[in-house]
Amino acid sequence: MTTVKASGQTRRRAASLRGGLPPWVEKRLVPALFFALLALVPFLFSSGGDFLQDCTVALAYVVMALGLNIVVGFAGLLDLGYVAFFAIGAYAAGWFGSGFFASINHEKGIHIGVSGFASHLPGLHVNFLLILVIAVVLTAVAGIIIGLPTLRLRGDYIAIVTLAFGEIIGRIAINGDDIHIFGQQLTAGRQGITPVDPISLPGIQTFGLLDIRPWYWFVLALVAVVLFVNFRLRDSRLGRAWVALREDEVAAVAMGVPAVRTKLLAYATGAAFGGMAGAFLAAFLNTVNADQFQFYFSILVLGMVILGGMGSIWGVVLGAITLSFLNNWFIPRVLNDVPGKLGINFDATQLTFGIYGFLLVMMMLLRPQGLIPERRRRMELADHIGAGETEESVYTARA
Amino acid sequence: MEAARLPTTRTPPTARLRELISRYGLYVVLLALPVYYGIQDLADDGNLVRLGQNVVAGISNGSIWALIAIGYTLVYGIVELINFAHGDVFMIGSFVSVGFFGVIGLTEGTAAPLMVVGLLTTLVVAMVACGVLNAMIERVGYRPLRSAPKLAPLITAVGFSFILQNVGLLWLGGSQHSIDDLINAQHTLFTIFGVSVANGDVLAVAVTVPLLVLMTMFIGRSRLGKAMRATAQEPEAARLMGINVDTTISVTFMLGGMLAGAAGLIYALYQTTIWYFQGFTGGLVAFTAAVMGGIGNLQGAVLGGLIIGCIQQISDNRIGSAWTPAVVFAYLVLIMVFKPSGLLGEQTRDAG
Repeated sequence: MTTVKASGQTRRRAASLRGGLPPWVEKRLVPALFFALLALVPFLFSSGGDFLQDCTVALAYVVMALGLNIVVGFAGLLDLGYVAFFAIGAYAAGWFGSGFFASINHEKGIHIGVSGFASHLPGLHVNFLLILVIAVVLTAVAGIIIGLPTLRLRGDYIAIVTLAFGEIIGRIAINGDDIHIFGQQLTAGRQGITPVDPISLPGIQTFGLLDIRPWYWFVLALVAVVLFVNFRLRDSRLGRAWVALREDEVAAVAMGVPAVRTKLLAYATGAAFGGMAGAFLAAFLNTVNADQFQFYFSILVLGMVILGGMGSIWGVVLGAITLSFLNNWFIPRVLNDVPGKLGINFDATQLTFGIYGFLLVMMMLLRPQGLIPERRRRMELADHIGAGETEESVYTARA
Repeated sequence: MEAARLPTTRTPPTARLRELISRYGLYVVLLALPVYYGIQDLADDGNLVRLGQNVVAGISNGSIWALIAIGYTLVYGIVELINFAHGDVFMIGSFVSVGFFGVIGLTEGTAAPLMVVGLLTTLVVAMVACGVLNAMIERVGYRPLRSAPKLAPLITAVGFSFILQNVGLLWLGGSQHSIDDLINAQHTLFTIFGVSVANGDVLAVAVTVPLLVLMTMFIGRSRLGKAMRATAQEPEAARLMGINVDTTISVTFMLGGMLAGAAGLIYALYQTTIWYFQGFTGGLVAFTAAVMGGIGNLQGAVLGGLIIGCIQQISDNRIGSAWTPAVVFAYLVLIMVFKPSGLLGEQTRDAG
């Protein structure tokens, strides 16, 4: 415990030296003001508009990227199958908040904590907050199951096993309409589960599909909670154990870090955030579409983490917002109009993929360490330069 | 092992069971599908023709995956990068081949000797094009990131993969593009024990085996091959010994690209349909093959490719092609559980 206190003190001292401001300004006031500003954003835009839609999706991606950041950034376990948790979270919303199990309870449905329109429909309808809990539990368990076979593996072998699980889950989602459990389909396959119940919170009117503001505020709150948890986790005993395992597994184990439990906790926590975001996106987009759960999606989220700067929480937030807007706003809405405006008869949608790839390459070449690199990594790089080792090669750099 | 032989220590039954599982579990997993369906075939038809047919198709498909997998394994062995663009280089190989058929005017009616010459020329063209392309990608996308965090080149690889897919999309459009069946791929050439072997199968093996032999000899015997192995083992020491590491890495990418180009040609001739997305799925399968065999190991990549080819065919034929990817990946996970370093895995620097 003494070490914890000591490190806290040095950090506080460092903060006060740096800015000259008391630490609570930096730690509490600035984020609070920041979030208050973000909460005011919807009033500037039309409540059914594209921009708010993009913002909401981007914030859901932030939650997802922060989850993956725990696995890849903190614990250093390359996960190429993160889409599995998105899928499981989305199916949690699909199973527990839609008319999918239509025959349940003699076609009268089961309703837990739902009001309004959904409380008269057949199927299983559970309040969204409970669905979030269910999604977290399901994905955490799935994360542990996926993590178990990787415990004996190292490096990129972990990546391929997670990739395999991601693909298997994706396949099950697509072909799940052929799997019958007690005469009930497992998933709706390519048809998708739709409509999914919108969020209804106690004391507030059910969220509408056309009014995006409440959705935005909900996901903003979710981001705030996840950010808080992330910061606390990073500075906790567990977070330091993750970093220790990432930096040198043998040394960490020798120091008494329980490798198995620590790694599994990283998978479970990371997965849980992915599940939360998945459940939210399913409710927000009003559908669980099996075709979403492709390998491409895992790469997208991984791209957010790497572009932002692995292990750096604010970096990952920035990376997620950047890539999400690039994908959903810049390329489809801005770039595709350019030829038309210039009077050239050319369909720019044909180039979407290439432009996206080109931008990925350029961003990585210009900022290989990520937009906001993790402080520890920045110090490492600075150390190396100081020691006259400007050429830190790929062979010695550790992920 | 030494301890087990001492008379005082007797292994408890659970430990003995665990040892048995870890020694034979892998073989049980590998043989589960063929043995199960073999017994089923014997019970239903009284012979193993159907299984044999699956295995023949599996070997010819698997040799295509093996060629691509070698590219992954070579690159991984030397720079520890999962080259996601590699599958798309293979796709470009198919497209270049088909484009070149058009240029030299190969059609189904071309006479046999001319056809052989034409196909060999196409093979060379596809290999050179893909080799140069892969080396260029390395030069532009990966070399500047040598000193960057390890995962940074992974993202440029994904970026290049998207760019190449877009090139393919613009080249031949978004749908499956069917081409002339130049070698009459499905025509039965000969029959062994009731199992028919088609032209396509023979072609796949006839192109793959010499290439593999050449590649193994190049890496095992030549000066550059020696430099490649040295760099893969310890880049810093290799540099100190006077090996030009950058050139060596370029050559490695070029070799991988050449094999992918050859695979592209065989794929086009064998399947007679190509499309811009084949590289993505093909690349994923081939990468799985490379890992299954033990990444960084040439023979392992070939073995992994052949095994995956057979699993795919058996699964396509009996379980349904919708489930094939899931079956392949389930196999991969099981093999990783029993043999964490892959089938013929060496101790690489990372997976030590």
